[in-house]
Formats: sequence, structure tokens, C-alpha cells
Amino acid sequence: MSARVIVTTSGKGGVGKTTSTANIAAALAKFGKKVVAIDADVGLRNLDVIMGLENRVVYNFIDVIEKTCKMSAALVKDKRVPGLYLLPAAQTRTKDAVNPEQMIALCEELKPDFDFIFLDCPAGIEGGFKNAAAGADEALVVTTPEIPAVRDADRIIGMLESMGKSPIRLIINRLRPNMVQDGDMLAKDDILDVLSIELIGVVPEDESVIRATNNGEPMTMTLDSPAAHAYLNIAERLLGHDVPLMDLESYAGRGFFSKIKKFFRGKKK
Amino acid sequence: MDFLKKLFGSGNETSGQKAKDRLRIVLIHDRTDISPQLLNNLREEIVHVLVKYMDIDEKKIEIDLDRDEKAVALVANIPVLRIKRNSIEMK
Ligand SMILES: Nc1ncnc2c1ncn2[C@@H]1O[C@H](COP(=O)(O)OP(=O)(O)O)[C@@H](O)[C@H]1O
Ligand SMILES: [Mg+2]
Repeated sequence: MSARVIVTTSGKGGVGKTTSTANIAAALAKFGKKVVAIDADVGLRNLDVIMGLENRVVYNFIDVIEKTCKMSAALVKDKRVPGLYLLPAAQTRTKDAVNPEQMIALCEELKPDFDFIFLDCPAGIEGGFKNAAAGADEALVVTTPEIPAVRDADRIIGMLESMGKSPIRLIINRLRPNMVQDGDMLAKDDILDVLSIELIGVVPEDESVIRATNNGEPMTMTLDSPAAHAYLNIAERLLGHDVPLMDLESYAGRGFFSKIKKFFRGKKK
Repeated sequence: MDFLKKLFGSGNETSGQKAKDRLRIVLIHDRTDISPQLLNNLREEIVHVLVKYMDIDEKKIEIDLDRDEKAVALVANIPVLRIKRNSIEMK
């Protein structure tokens, strides 16, 4: 076994990197893969909470790097899904406690035992991003359909390309199909036109994300929600399966007003 | 009235369309934010090609990117001292 190492990144903060990492990692584990998600956001850790494993964290990956503990002691095994592990970040340290070489060594140590290693990247283009990206071969770039997020994604894609990461694939998160339909949100194709990278999935805006975070349970483990569905599809595509994009409109819950609006728009042409 | 305008779209650009146009231009600008180092390399290579055809005043060359709201242009001001006679025969 030699794991595929994938960094989840975005440039802009709060667009859904951690949510995406947790859900894709859990989905792949559900499909029978052995997966570890590393929280590379040193000092601002979140992945433990989103995965619902915060009470079981004892050590972190900096302890492993500094040889305070063994790798096996730092890895938190998820008891709900076989094959899913978390390697937590240190909460009381800063990003310069590690360097890219150490991150590469950390991933190398994990590679023989896993199918997938995910690195949940901090926001920004500085040290934290460079550390996380150093260990990875592939990248998932997360953006929302808004100018600032897409702009930062463009910047990050340029940096990932110059670091030789491949493939670099895009996740469009928090899309609202009804806003797109009304012309009030950037559409999938508008974003792909300017970024010109491969799309691996579109995740709709979905309240279940918040519920899942409250419950500490990645959606892909249990819930049947549009976002869970989208993340399961992304996991399948990572495995090379040809899964068509979801029909987000059918999830949009079209209201009466948007229906008459559509009717009139149709007439006007 | 505003309500109706909003409901039926008054033929104006939608905010999504506006976002698309603004995004395109922002990215053109971001991507042409090239480093002085890169611009210097570019200048050296341009000079390298030009001197095959003409004598130029290397000290007075100006090469820069010009940006306005809609587009970006590479603007070069290169004083030519003399065109080489055999440059016409060169392919
Ligand atoms: N598809 C979605 N629908 C609704 N809320 C979302 C969605 N994706 C992310 N969020 C919310 O956005 C916030 C930021 O998400 P997070 O994954 O922590 O982003 P990042 O790791 O990029 O900073 C969280 O509050 C999360 O619940
Ligand atoms: Mg995060």
C-alpha cells in the first residue's frame, strides 16, 4: 500500500476546506479504504471537532515530529467507520513549529499503512499552506461561487501548479441552485471558464452541514442530504468512477414565485 | 414597482452576470501581476531577438504592462538606431 496524498486548500478562509476534508475522508472509509485526515491547521484546529473526535485527542502530529510520542499513539481511530483515522494538529503551537521537510517525512511514514492521506490546509498562502502542500501529490481546491473566493482559488492554483502538484481539482461549495437560476450567483461554468481546471464536484448550500457539525458526525457517515450526496460522489470520482454531476435543481425546492418568474422569462424571449 | 422589476428582471444585467464580468477582469489583473524579475527576463529575450534585425538603444528601452478596466497590454518603447540591411533577406 502507498497512499495518495491529497491537500485540501482554498486561499480564502471559511469556504469549506475542513468540512470537505472530513466528509470526503469519511466517505472513502465507508467505501472500504483506509484513510487518515491530518489537521494541518496548527494553532487553529477544527478537524477534530468536525469529525466529532475532539474528546479522544491525546497527542498531535507535532508530538510525532518532535518524537514525544509514536505515530500510533497520536492517530485517533474513528470507531464509527472502520479504516478512518485523524491525526490532530497542536492547538497551542504556531505554524512555524514545523517545516515542509518535516511534513514530507510525516506523510512518508504514514504512506505504507494507508490508501489516502488528506491534509486539511489553513487559509492563506504562507507557511501553513506551504507546509501542508509540501507533503501532498494531489490537491483539492475549494471555492464558493463568490468573487473573492474564486480569485484566491486562482492564486492558490497557480502556486500549486508551480509546486508540481497534479492533478489539481476543484470543489465548488455552497452553491445555491435557485440563486444561479435567477441569475444572482456565479454558475458552475462561469467559475470553470476562468479557472480552467478539472471540476470534481459541486456541493450545494445545505443546512445539514451545520447540523452535522453540531452533532460531530460527518454527513457522509449517515445522513441522506444533498451535501452528503455531493461528497459521496466526489469520493467516488477520486476513486476514478465516472459519476455524473447531481441535478442540483431538483434539490432546490422551487418556490411559487420562481416558477412564475421562469414562466414570464420564457414568454419574453 | 421595485418589486416587479426584481420579479421579472428589467432587462438589466443580473448580479450573477456582473460578478462574472468583474471576476474575469480581476483575474486578468492578478495574473499579469508579474515580478520585476520576470519582466527583466522578458526584456532580455526581446532584446536578444531584436538585435538580429536592428540596432537598438538598449539603455532607453521601456517595457511594461499597461492595465485599464477592460484589458491589459504589453507596451514596449524601443528606440531603433538602424535597421540592418540584410535583415530583409533573413527569414
Ligand atoms: N455546503 C455548505 N452548506 C452550508 N454551510 C456550509 C457548507 N460548507 C461549509 N459550510 C459552513 O461554512 C463554515 C466554514 O466551513 P469550514 O469547513 O470550517 O471552512 P474552512 O475550513 O475552509 O475554513 C462552517 O460554519 C460550515 O458549517
Ligand atoms: Mg478549516
